[in-house]
Formats: sequence, structure tokens, C-alpha cells
Amino acid sequence: MSNVKYSKDHEWIAMDGDVGTIGITEYAQEQLGDVVFVELPDVGREISKGDDFAVVESVKAASEIYAPVSGEIVEANEALNDNPALINESAMGDGWIVKVKLSDTGELDDLMDAGAYQEMLKELE
Amino acid sequence: MSDTSLAHTPLYDLHVELGAKMVPFAGYAMPVQYAAGIIAEHLHTREKAGLFDVSHMGQVTIAGANAAEALEALVPGDIQALEQGRMRYTQFTTSSGGIIDDFMATRREGGLSVVLNASRKAVGLDVLRGGLTADCTVEHLEGRGLLALQGPMAVDVLSKLAPAAADLPFMAGADVEVGGIPVYASRSGYTGEDGYEISVAAEHAADLAQMLLDDDRVAPIGLGARDTLRLEAGLCLYGNDIDETTSPVEAGLLWSIGKRRRTEGGFPGDSVIQQQIADGPARRRVGIRPEGRAPARAHTVVNDEAGAQAGEITSGGFSPSLQAPIAMGYVRTGLAKAETKLSLDVRGKAVPAEVVKMPFVQKRYSGK
Repeated sequence: MSNVKYSKDHEWIAMDGDVGTIGITEYAQEQLGDVVFVELPDVGREISKGDDFAVVESVKAASEIYAPVSGEIVEANEALNDNPALINESAMGDGWIVKVKLSDTGELDDLMDAGAYQEMLKELE
Repeated sequence: MSDTSLAHTPLYDLHVELGAKMVPFAGYAMPVQYAAGIIAEHLHTREKAGLFDVSHMGQVTIAGANAAEALEALVPGDIQALEQGRMRYTQFTTSSGGIIDDFMATRREGGLSVVLNASRKAVGLDVLRGGLTADCTVEHLEGRGLLALQGPMAVDVLSKLAPAAADLPFMAGADVEVGGIPVYASRSGYTGEDGYEISVAAEHAADLAQMLLDDDRVAPIGLGARDTLRLEAGLCLYGNDIDETTSPVEAGLLWSIGKRRRTEGGFPGDSVIQQQIADGPARRRVGIRPEGRAPARAHTVVNDEAGAQAGEITSGGFSPSLQAPIAMGYVRTGLAKAETKLSLDVRGKAVPAEVVKMPFVQKRYSGK
């Protein structure tokens, strides 16, 4: 998945044209533990890089999810309403959170590739 | 993630070996969960039996022929009525009727034993050492192990290793041997399930835990599930649901204050508490069910249906048994009746909610 980029806040974004699918990483879901609720943003909402646009709640705590890029929310993963545990089961797949139409694909350059993200995780341990 | 400033319980190495996620809690490195995760651990405890390490709690003995009478000067519970080997829930109160700590007190040979909350150990020991009469000797059994075995299969599991354990009534304890290890076992707990708390010498704690885990009905359970289990059972967590600003009457703990103590007083804050018993408190702790799936956490503002502030959530989260959010908190007394409609302010959104009777999940232990 060479077109996947990572943020230091443990989000991933996979690009398809100018639309990026955003979720949280395997590391993040492991840290959170059992996810019991996801507050999704409304489709059509404009977000700026760094905005908190969703909330992922585990049994223990609520965690805000920060936008790794700016753009418009074009889809939210409604499957998470009925089955928030998809984030635990498949953080990088079926547990995606939103799709965003990027307003500035240049922002992707500020994110990490898989290798740099793995390096960052090693330093956290 | 090693933090040398944190204390270890006698089970620390076992937790690490079992793959626990260790977190700091009240100065100890404690397992918040194991690989199974909080929800699986919670459900396992409700279906089978869970083993908890609660060695971080403060095990204290009070020796002295008049220990029960002396302790009554500090707590509103009827301690003198306790027979040998019987235990009871009570609280240290402040002069204004607040709660300094809540704990179990057991009548033991030659005195009493109490188990203080981990976060209140130092404070509780000060209360005991400063408030008991000179003929009482307070000893903190520092480092001693305390395990909890909880769940519908806990009695079968322990009785297999210690037949005498099956005969213990709820809220009673005795010296027994578990597979050759001498322990003090009491039929009690903090999950709403039947089960035991087992006090054991530090050097035997890991062997005892391993012996219990060898029974395939038993799984290790972390502090995360301990919290969701006690919340479902409607039990207070000190520091969240009760503290020095809440009285036992407001907290719905009046059942723990016997008739004689209500009449006679003789404990810190007695006049305030007697007044609240007579007039009713201005606010009460209630169970709350938010609509939808979003958990309402501690400190969430509670409003009445008209939008006027009514109180605050003190504990809230997700109930694995009900697969829904549950909470407890304080509301004005007029709003404390079951089925009263409330509105919770969850991140700026008004979430409808309703007052419900606790426990959220039926308690399954027998007797009182």
C-alpha cells in the first residue's frame, strides 16, 4: 500500500485520485482497546488539517480524531454506527472512518510513509 | 513501558507473563487488561469466573479487645454487631458528613481487619492511627497479596481446592487452605457476582493465582473490566461517585448505617447525616441510561427536561452486558425517581436519558 500515508496522531490516509480514505492505525486501535462508539462527522462538512472531526470511544475513554489533511467529507463509514468494533477488527480496512476530497493534495507531503511511521512507533516503545 | 517509580504487587511478573497491558494506578503498575480485552474479560466474569489482582489495596488489621467500639467513633456502620468472621461495608466520615474512604470491615480474632481503597491508603491509615483509642494497634499488612475470584463459577472453582469455602455465607470470611496455601478467604466482591476475596502472604500469591488460573473456567481480569463490572452492579468508586463532598445519604448508602447508629450517632458528621435522614438529602446518586450508543463519561453535565442544570455524571461508560451506555451521577432529589427524563450534555449535544434503578445488571450473590 504505497499510496498510504500516516500522521503522527496515528491516522492513515489512502489516496484514490483526490479522495483520501481516513482511519486510525493498527497501533492506535490496540492502544484504545475495545471500541464501543464512533461519532462520525456529517457528510459535506469542510475540515481543516488538525481539526478534530470524529470521536472514537473505547470502553475506557473518548479519543478525538484529528484531520491529517484539509478538505470536504464526502462519505462517513455508517457501518461503524452498528458495529464500532470494526475498528478493532480491521483498523486499516473495513474500520475506515471517513472519505475526504482533499483541497490541497500538497498536504500529503507532510505525512509519513509506512517506513517512517514504523520508525516513529519504534521510538514510542 | 517500565516505570521504576511504580510499586509492584506480588503478581507483577505473572501479569507481564500473561501479556497484560500495565498502567500506573494509585502508585502501582497494574494490569488494565489482558490480550482478551475489557469486554471479553467482563463477559467472562459474568459467565464463568474472573481472577483479579487487588493487592494494591490497603490491608490493615486493628488489634484490640475494644477495636469494634473504637472504630465506631470513625464510621457510621454498626461494627459492634458484627459476629466473628462477619464483614460489613462502611465509610470513614468527615465532620460535615462527607466520605473519606469506603471499605469492608471484618470481625477477626482479637480485633478487626479492613481493606482500604488503594488511592486512600495513606489517608485511611492516618484516620485510623489518629482516631482509634490507645488500646488499639493498627498494622498495615504492606505487600500482602489480595486476589478476587468473582463470577457464577467462583464457588465451584475455589471449593474444589478448599472445600470449606463452599460453606462460607455471603459477607463472611475464614482461614482456609487453598491447595495447601494458608489464606483468609471472604465471600464478597465488587462485581455484583458471587465470589471471594482472598488474602494471601506475598510469597504464596503467585502460586495461588496460578493454581486458580489452572482451572480453565478462570481467566485473568484487569482493572478495566473491574470498573465496568462494578458500574453495572451500581457500586460506588471512591473519588468518582463518592468523596469528601458527598454524604452516605446522598450516595444512597443509608442501608450501610444500622438503626442503632442512626439513633445514637457518635461518628464524625453524625448531626449532618441524621438531619439528612430526617429531611431527605438535596441530591441523590441515581442510575442513568443515556439513549443511543454514545457513552456519557464522568463530569458530563446532567440537565432536566427543561434544560436547567440538574447535576453531574460521576461514572459513566459502556455496559458490555447490556451493549449500551450506562452511568451514575447526582441529581436534585425531585429528579431522582426512576423513569424521570433527563438530558445529558455530551460534547455539546443534548442526549436524552432516563433515571433507572440500580443495579443495571441483576446481582447474583445470595444473602446479604
